[in-house]
Amino acid sequence: MTPTDPTATTGDTVLEVEDLTVQFPTDEGLVQAVRGVSYELRRGEVLGIVGESGSGKSVTSLAVMGLLPKTARVSGSVRFNGRELLESGDKELSRVRGRGISMVFQDPMTSLNPVYTIGDQIAETLLVHNDITKQAARKQAVELLETVHIPNPEQRAKAYPHELSGGMRQRVVIAIAMANQPDVIIADEPTTALDVTVQAQILEALRTAQNETGAAMILITHDLGVIAGQADRVMVMYAGKPVEKGTADEVFYTPRMPYTLGLLGSLPRLDVKTDRLTPIAGAPPSVINMPPGCPFSPRCPLAEDICDQEEPSLEPGSNPEHLAACHFSYRVEGHAPADLFRQAADDPLPTGATEGEVRE
Amino acid sequence: MTETALDVESTTSRTPVLSARDIVKHFPVHGGGILRRRIGDVHAVCGVSFDLYPNETLGLVGESGCGKSTTARVVLNLQPATAGEVSFEGQNLNSLGGKEMRRLRRSMQIVFQDPYASLDPRIPVNEIIAEPLRIHGLYENGGKERVRELLATVGLRPEHGNRFPHEFSGGQRQRIGVARALALEPKVLVLDEPVSALDVSIQAGVLNLLQDLQAELGLSYLFVSHDLSVVRHVADRIAVMYLGRIVEIAPAEQLFERPAHPYTQALISAIPVPDPRKERTRQRIVITGDVPSPANPPSGCRFRTRCPKFANELSEGERKLCVDEVPELVDRGQGHPSACHYAESAQLL
Repeated sequence: MTPTDPTATTGDTVLEVEDLTVQFPTDEGLVQAVRGVSYELRRGEVLGIVGESGSGKSVTSLAVMGLLPKTARVSGSVRFNGRELLESGDKELSRVRGRGISMVFQDPMTSLNPVYTIGDQIAETLLVHNDITKQAARKQAVELLETVHIPNPEQRAKAYPHELSGGMRQRVVIAIAMANQPDVIIADEPTTALDVTVQAQILEALRTAQNETGAAMILITHDLGVIAGQADRVMVMYAGKPVEKGTADEVFYTPRMPYTLGLLGSLPRLDVKTDRLTPIAGAPPSVINMPPGCPFSPRCPLAEDICDQEEPSLEPGSNPEHLAACHFSYRVEGHAPADLFRQAADDPLPTGATEGEVRE
Repeated sequence: MTETALDVESTTSRTPVLSARDIVKHFPVHGGGILRRRIGDVHAVCGVSFDLYPNETLGLVGESGCGKSTTARVVLNLQPATAGEVSFEGQNLNSLGGKEMRRLRRSMQIVFQDPYASLDPRIPVNEIIAEPLRIHGLYENGGKERVRELLATVGLRPEHGNRFPHEFSGGQRQRIGVARALALEPKVLVLDEPVSALDVSIQAGVLNLLQDLQAELGLSYLFVSHDLSVVRHVADRIAVMYLGRIVEIAPAEQLFERPAHPYTQALISAIPVPDPRKERTRQRIVITGDVPSPANPPSGCRFRTRCPKFANELSEGERKLCVDEVPELVDRGQGHPSACHYAESAQLL
């Protein structure tokens, strides 16, 4: 759980993403879905990637897995255990997928094949990557179902996906993801389609999968609560770029980027009674034909002229590992959301100054 | 909403604006044969009762399939109840004819979850908001001005009223939905997951708007949501539903400070909070399994199949009561009603 986990040898990087960009040509122009993402994933750690819809958090991981459509233009570098994946052919990638890096998607109904039993689907993953008999694979499949706490695994292995509930299906997907003892598990909004009580069960199953395999995990979600509970390190994304990186504690307790602070202020909390939320004005920019400068500046209470001219890069603060992309990050430190975003919060009735502003 | 504590205390002396008594809603399940015979019922809502007081927000929370949205629809008479009674300011809705019901609808409006599906894409926003006014014959008399006013009220620019829904972002569309619901100056707004489809930074603005509107216009909200964090923020009182029944109802602060029903406790403990240190040290009540099918709900207490108390703490003899007898929603000494034979306050946050 912590970076001092016994399986984690510090500095041992399994996945290294460098300056990854993804563009999609469309009729309306070039969609810049990912605009330069870099991160290192260390053995055994959980990296949480958080961002709102359209921030590029999912596309980043699809690019890592080589799962984007052919029209996508991908550049940069993705090294898995030192091997470059972006230049690898499909055959080579197929050997990595499922064995080296595996994925858990949001919707377990669409990621499982409806016409095969779940036992067969788990066994398939094993048979593709290992030289074992069908019988051995089937036996292992049942064991895996047991690991993710599916009751009566022997019988359930013969069930089809539609016979299981959403939570059970997601457990099956996790069983498939951990089947070949991967080094990296990428979980993309794994609990978003599920109810909270089931979410708690699935997060526990993911944790089990991670402990059993010793894999590092990338947890992609829009839910700051899930990130707070699961991640060792956090990367906050906005408009296709990471805008803040650090340990979970750093990002949640001493954010250095106004967007992160704004997100925390927008969130109604279960554990604290808040009288008034402090929303972020405006809406995320369109990722087609992005204007120069910081993409957050139109919504930022700290924005000055330089913010519209020059896009800030990720820079460290007093702690070299806590990075933020903001020209004025020193003015964010130590402030509560309401200090910075007060203007919007104090509006008696939002009169077009808040989110009500129509996008021009 | 700051005066809530006082309000809740004094609610007993006030008359509710909206009352629901023992609402039951069953949906028929048909067989696959040619005759499609009725082979059973989905028990979506089973005996739900509550009062909504003037200028109050009542949160209705629960997981998918608990019947919270069906309850909201039955309350508005959008779907007829199988049994039970809904009254608005003392007037029983079941006894009303079509014409009278239509007049009453001016006082009770709804905002839907999905701002993409609830606005007609072919009609400009002005017309969307004007529609309720036209239907009720109020447009001729200054309707145009009223539409502009409504747009401004929800934080949109009146001059953008001739645009179409697709030209607006999700949060703005939800504001349009709110403007439409406000057009007839209702007393009660039913909000069915009004912010669930929105990103957090946008959600906050809509929640603040709803708060402001309530303070300004004295509205009563029935706020239906699966998100307990959102409900804690907006609601004065909260009713927790499980498989068609209310299992606990309490003033918001009380529900979080000392939940009495094992389901409420599990729900509160399952929701992650955006605070890493708290998350690491939090005590979790993990409940196993999934919600049973409402077509064939368990006997007695409907939560007993997943109840950690039933499984771990109760003796064989004590369990018998859970299996045989439906627990009533009454105060068992915790200061507010809960539907558990063995209710016990817990501190979780």
